[in-house]
Amino acid sequence: MQGLKKMRMPLIFLLVALLFPLFTDNQYYIYVVTLAFIYAIAVYGMNLVGGYTGQLSLAHAGFFAIGAYALGLLTVDANVPYWLAFFLALVITTVIGTLVGLIALRTKEHFFAIYTLCVGYIIYLIIYEWDALTGGVRGLIGIESPAAIGPITFDTGISNYYLILVFLVLTVIFMKFLTESIVGRTYVAIRNSEELAQTIGINTMKQKLISFVISTFLAGLAGALYASFVRFIGPDISYTMMTFDFLMYAIVGGFGTLFGPVVGTLLIVILTQSLQFMEDFRMIIFGPLLVLLVIFYPRGIVGGYQMWKMKRAYKKKQRSVDQGSTYEGGD
Amino acid sequence: MDVLLQQLFNGLTVGSVYSLVALGLTLVYGILHIPNFAHGALYMVGGYITLMSMALMGVPYFIGIAISIVVVGTLAMLMERLVFNPLRHAPPIHDKIAAIGILLFLETLVQLVWGADYRAMPTPFADTISFLGITVTWQRIMIIVAAVVVMILLQLFLKKTMVGAAIVAMSQNREGAFLVGINANKVAMLTFFVSGALAAIAASIASPINLVYPGMGHLVILKAFVIIIIGGMGSVPGAIIGGYILGLTESLGATFISAAYSDLIAFVLLVVILTMKPQGLFAQKGAH
Amino acid sequence: MLIETKGLTKRFGGLVAVNDVEIGIEKGKITAIIGPNGAGKSTLFNLISGYHPSSEGSITFKGEDITKKRSFNIAKLGIARTFQTTNLFETATVMDNVIVGHRLRTKSNVFDAVFRTPRLRREEQASREKAAEVLEFVGLEHEAHRLVQDISQEAKKRVAFALALATDPEIVFLDEPAAGINPDETENLAALIRKMIDRGLTVCLIEHKMQMIMGLADHIVVLNYGKKIAEGTPEEIQTNEEVIEAYLGGGDKHAEAE
Repeated sequence: MQGLKKMRMPLIFLLVALLFPLFTDNQYYIYVVTLAFIYAIAVYGMNLVGGYTGQLSLAHAGFFAIGAYALGLLTVDANVPYWLAFFLALVITTVIGTLVGLIALRTKEHFFAIYTLCVGYIIYLIIYEWDALTGGVRGLIGIESPAAIGPITFDTGISNYYLILVFLVLTVIFMKFLTESIVGRTYVAIRNSEELAQTIGINTMKQKLISFVISTFLAGLAGALYASFVRFIGPDISYTMMTFDFLMYAIVGGFGTLFGPVVGTLLIVILTQSLQFMEDFRMIIFGPLLVLLVIFYPRGIVGGYQMWKMKRAYKKKQRSVDQGSTYEGGD
Repeated sequence: MDVLLQQLFNGLTVGSVYSLVALGLTLVYGILHIPNFAHGALYMVGGYITLMSMALMGVPYFIGIAISIVVVGTLAMLMERLVFNPLRHAPPIHDKIAAIGILLFLETLVQLVWGADYRAMPTPFADTISFLGITVTWQRIMIIVAAVVVMILLQLFLKKTMVGAAIVAMSQNREGAFLVGINANKVAMLTFFVSGALAAIAASIASPINLVYPGMGHLVILKAFVIIIIGGMGSVPGAIIGGYILGLTESLGATFISAAYSDLIAFVLLVVILTMKPQGLFAQKGAH
Repeated sequence: MLIETKGLTKRFGGLVAVNDVEIGIEKGKITAIIGPNGAGKSTLFNLISGYHPSSEGSITFKGEDITKKRSFNIAKLGIARTFQTTNLFETATVMDNVIVGHRLRTKSNVFDAVFRTPRLRREEQASREKAAEVLEFVGLEHEAHRLVQDISQEAKKRVAFALALATDPEIVFLDEPAAGINPDETENLAALIRKMIDRGLTVCLIEHKMQMIMGLADHIVVLNYGKKIAEGTPEEIQTNEEVIEAYLGGGDKHAEAE
């Protein structure tokens, strides 16, 4: 019962997400929310390595793009069956992620951030310049929708919505089990102090690498889903700005919290899409918001809510203890 | 031979600009240990202020640069006061995120006010001159000369003035500087001002041969980071030498390897260096 | 001897922080390392706990050479340490801070976590029990569910002790455990250190508070400029000419902030 109560909010959330397409005929709304789901999966990756493990990886959009381009190229150019291509896209992203991680993680803090920023830029430049493979600035068009699984087809907006929702829910469950376990505690210990983590017997390099690789896997997953959902990809999806967008979703929702990515991403994506004029100029508001958040409210929405609940629970407990003693005194 | 000479000359011009940008970045890093990702946005704003002063107020080029120096320097100082100072005890990841927030804001603001178009900056040095078999614009010569003059002035400022000495002292030991009565806040603000001013100068002299647009700072800042990693984070001579090395390598690479990938040179260099030396080329050794 | 170093040397560039140091730490005893600021005490700790590689010399633990081992492997052998600054996760509970201390005795990986295997459940249970046990040992069982940022400085020191103890160590290195706390609390902390000895642990500590050291240590090693200049019982050290010279001559007697 206790566990169910704790999960009440997320379950309501899930219910709303499941019913949402039934209450709107507007394909555009469904499209926007689906896109937000895809980004949220990528943000979960960033959140794991940045929010939990404390390593700010700024190559995230690069891995998102690798996933997307791998799927696009395999299906369009190489005619590989969709789900096999999907699987291979994940493998490719993860392998590249592992190689990058092995080298990048030898650097620390600022160096790591700069290093990954540059890796992201290299990925962008390669996609942009390697015309023969990637189509360069023209991008890749005509990527196919996900192939049918048995009787279930994914050629409509709604079916894609549910498919991607399933992936998002799986991602959240994965993250929940991971971060709430002793394995996840290891990551938090590294974020808190790498020095201390090492002296309590944690192989920090290995653990950082694992969390980095998972993060690139999630970025690749989101990228592959993006490619077949939007069906057109260009070099822009690998650009630094995309990484910064992901970062912003994570910070607003709550860096290092379980539900921060989904809350932050949905909120900002829906907000910017519904206020059309904000599309290009959203950073006028979100740039300063990012600054204000890290100064005054670094936990974001979800983190702030958790903190408030925790303090309240503690005060309640204190109060009942205090009351207990007054009653004793009264007797 | 002429091609080589021409490319060496171009490399020197580009390197001058890189050095100035890297100098500002390295000064701020040396003192506050902040990798200021927003530095590229300062560069971009610097370009716009000079251009717009000339276009809207009709002031001459050099007055435009002077206005730009004051505006961007003040902007950088405000950044220090309003953002980085409140974050000085926060986890290091917060500085970086805040800097990214500032970068996004400034870029969008400029785009909102002046649009996303690519603009050319007029210059009184548009004429060309031929010597040693190569033809160059006076602007390029001006860039090289201006950069050297600015670097000499900066050196004089750091070595010969009290505030400059305080900046150097603080970059070596913040706590110690505080103990001997240096006002750490003032030094931090001043450092940011100087770093902004350098970015404004760099953008103003480079813009006539490049273009002015909201994203003009992206590549420059990334390369400046590469330079200060090569030259040693916080090192002034390292930033200068690193800037020229990168500028020359790039223009030679563009000629003899591939123009499309010449922008990659810096990053490949960085990846190679950090792969072999994770703490950077000139990591400060210490008992900590 | 539980731990022995021979010819241990650490150079940082031109600076010799630890110079040809030979010490032995006896099992079940309290060994204190003292010396003026910059004497190389913390560096010595960093060498033994594998945080810095040594330039020369050897370190053995129960006869096994651990000179080249990395810090996390050294921790697994049963050598724990604390830092001058507690480095705790301030916005998490005391309990959450300590549970991860037992991680090195567990084998669960990402797969176990995601599929909640029996191994994971067993090991999480063990880690939680371990944390509860060490928190009780350091006297913090009632603070277990408070946030670290809400507890006193002395309590934070105890949490750091508990975290070290959760790794199931045989020896604990304490780097200035009493820095920044008042005399009463220092006395309580000393009592806790004695309690650790009573439980069969070995303790080695760096401390500037001489009164505490003289009442607590069985054996004292004095470092100055990276070299060992004396060792012996508290009584011997108090009357040692060279030690008195080092402390008075260095002028660093009251410099406690390092």
